[in-house]
Amino acid sequence: MIATMAQALNMALAQEMDRDPRVIVLGEDVAQDGGVFRITDGLLHKFGAERVLDTPLAESGIVGVSIGLAAFGLRPVAEIQFMGFIYPAFNQIVSHAARLRNRTRGRFTVPLVIRTPYGAGVRALEHHSESTEALFCQIPGLTVVVPSTPYEAKGLLASSIRSEDPVLFLEPSRLYRAEKQDIPEEPYELPLRRARLVREGRDLTLIAWGAMIPLAVKASETAEKAGHSVEILDLRTLAPLDEASVLASVKKTGRALIVQEAPRACGLAAELAALLAEKALLNLEAPVLRVTGEDITVPLSKSEDLYYINSEQVWRSIQRLMEF
Amino acid sequence: MIIEQFDPLRGQIVQVIDEGGRTRADLEPRLSAAELQRIYSLMVLTRAADQKAVKLQRQGRLGTYAPGLGQEACQVGTAFAFQKEDWAFPYFRDLGLYLTLGYPLADYYLYWMGNEAGMRTPEGLNLFPLAIPVASQIPHSVGAGLGARLQKKPIAVVCTFGDGATSEGDFHEALNFAGVFRTPNVFVCYNNQWAISTPRSRQTASATIAQKALAYGFPGVAVDGNDVLAVLAVVREARERARRGDGPTLIEALTYRMGHHTTSDDASKYRPEAEVKEWEKKDPLLRFQATLKVKGLWNAEFEKDLQERAAREVEEAVSKAESVPPPAAEDMFVHTFKEMPPQLQEQLAALKGSPREGQS
Repeated sequence: MIATMAQALNMALAQEMDRDPRVIVLGEDVAQDGGVFRITDGLLHKFGAERVLDTPLAESGIVGVSIGLAAFGLRPVAEIQFMGFIYPAFNQIVSHAARLRNRTRGRFTVPLVIRTPYGAGVRALEHHSESTEALFCQIPGLTVVVPSTPYEAKGLLASSIRSEDPVLFLEPSRLYRAEKQDIPEEPYELPLRRARLVREGRDLTLIAWGAMIPLAVKASETAEKAGHSVEILDLRTLAPLDEASVLASVKKTGRALIVQEAPRACGLAAELAALLAEKALLNLEAPVLRVTGEDITVPLSKSEDLYYINSEQVWRSIQRLMEF
Repeated sequence: MIIEQFDPLRGQIVQVIDEGGRTRADLEPRLSAAELQRIYSLMVLTRAADQKAVKLQRQGRLGTYAPGLGQEACQVGTAFAFQKEDWAFPYFRDLGLYLTLGYPLADYYLYWMGNEAGMRTPEGLNLFPLAIPVASQIPHSVGAGLGARLQKKPIAVVCTFGDGATSEGDFHEALNFAGVFRTPNVFVCYNNQWAISTPRSRQTASATIAQKALAYGFPGVAVDGNDVLAVLAVVREARERARRGDGPTLIEALTYRMGHHTTSDDASKYRPEAEVKEWEKKDPLLRFQATLKVKGLWNAEFEKDLQERAAREVEEAVSKAESVPPPAAEDMFVHTFKEMPPQLQEQLAALKGSPREGQS
């Protein structure tokens, strides 16, 4: 069937709730309203008020209560309305969700999915556009997943819900309705911790995730016309990272460009660059390059186009690498 | 119903045992002679085990420890009200709760000696690991309560915390959730008057902590926290309320932290000696001992026997905990995720061959 990412996510939630009675959805405005992005639309009607719960407006409470629900034996899928509002829950995520398994030596676990829209490019209000995934990628025990297409979104959300470990599921709000795709109606899973080969190439590996994937694809098409064959890896799971796929690709192409929406300093791109320096240096034909946001606060909408990475910029970095 | 009789807004406090050890028949929880003696023996064991932990710390055999001296009535009285099917979410100063619920003392020591294996709750016990980030466990308890409600399990969930925790956002958020969803929660605040060096008066301008419950739409009640029968009576009633589907209760147990905040703290720096002396007179063990005497359930021989048994149990737990070999490198890695990712396998392999191996 033809679906947007928003519809694909909605379908994944409905199918997982159908499959497993332990799965429940909770968060602000997720029931009657179906979520501010309508990702949980219709679930209340289908599954009832005991499985789709509007909660008080309290992010730490939502995540903290979800941890208790998960440890008790349910499979909560909690929505945080925007990633910009997740910080009150940071303590619960870091101090409990991510480490309960370890601190009880496996006796209590937290099979919890925290879904939240993130990223810029939709002319949103202040605090609605940040990409702070790197803050979460350093937390041992936490899995961070970012889909980039409707097909990916459906399969990755299903796998995240079935995971025995807590998953932070970041949904690029720019992609919610950006494209439609023909996706299977039946439930399916896509593997966590495995990067996806978006397109094969010989000359350069472009590593990206989330809303940067469409930009990467566009830039690679320009490069193709100029005679450069670009391979694109969609990380999908940001933590723990699929190092093997990254290394295999870069060792093959000899060049690496990392495109990251988030600010530059201490971002995931820096980790990838360090990985390549440690394990693929002798395979490199050129320095590892990063295209990233600047180390500034995400601006309001009047400056968004000036701030947001575009495919032309990515293409120029490809050129720089090819001409090195 | 006790809870409704005592209005926190009027400063009323539930008390069962009077100065002379006599009990108020209308409030006294129904307990057999054996149960009364069992409660006392748990308090004796808690004190012995707690004081041993402090000694072990001073000898360098146990890490920084948060002693619970003076809070035995709160801890044992609270836990004694619960059954196997219930769930418990304790804070870090709750040895008596752990022992009353049947947690192995050796494991409790093992944790404070620096081995995570000590916080692996034995199967069949629904006891969460103690929480150190203040108040952060309260939302978990509400999650378990909500889970029980959604799955229609007739159980109750107890959560304990100190007076300092009531200033945290998580306290507010959790109690607010509990009120909205009418979860089967029993919140027990051990108000021991001090959060490290910060007195109760600096935590809240509310006249009582119990009255905060009213704003969340459920009852709150203050109880003499050094009166084990009062704590048990009130917590038991709150548990029944929860199991019946009548929703949560907040209980403020007024007590005193007789020891330092932890073994790294020096309480003489910030609190008056006279205050400590005043509370010494209200010792929860002596108080309950007097009750047992009045009831003809205590004599010097019984006491001697209890003390000896407690000392033996404590020594056995110490030897058991100290005989556990130090954790292997694998132990630090294998419980990070259900399945270890390749980079952790690689890091573990590197650690095993490194100069750090064999250092512990």
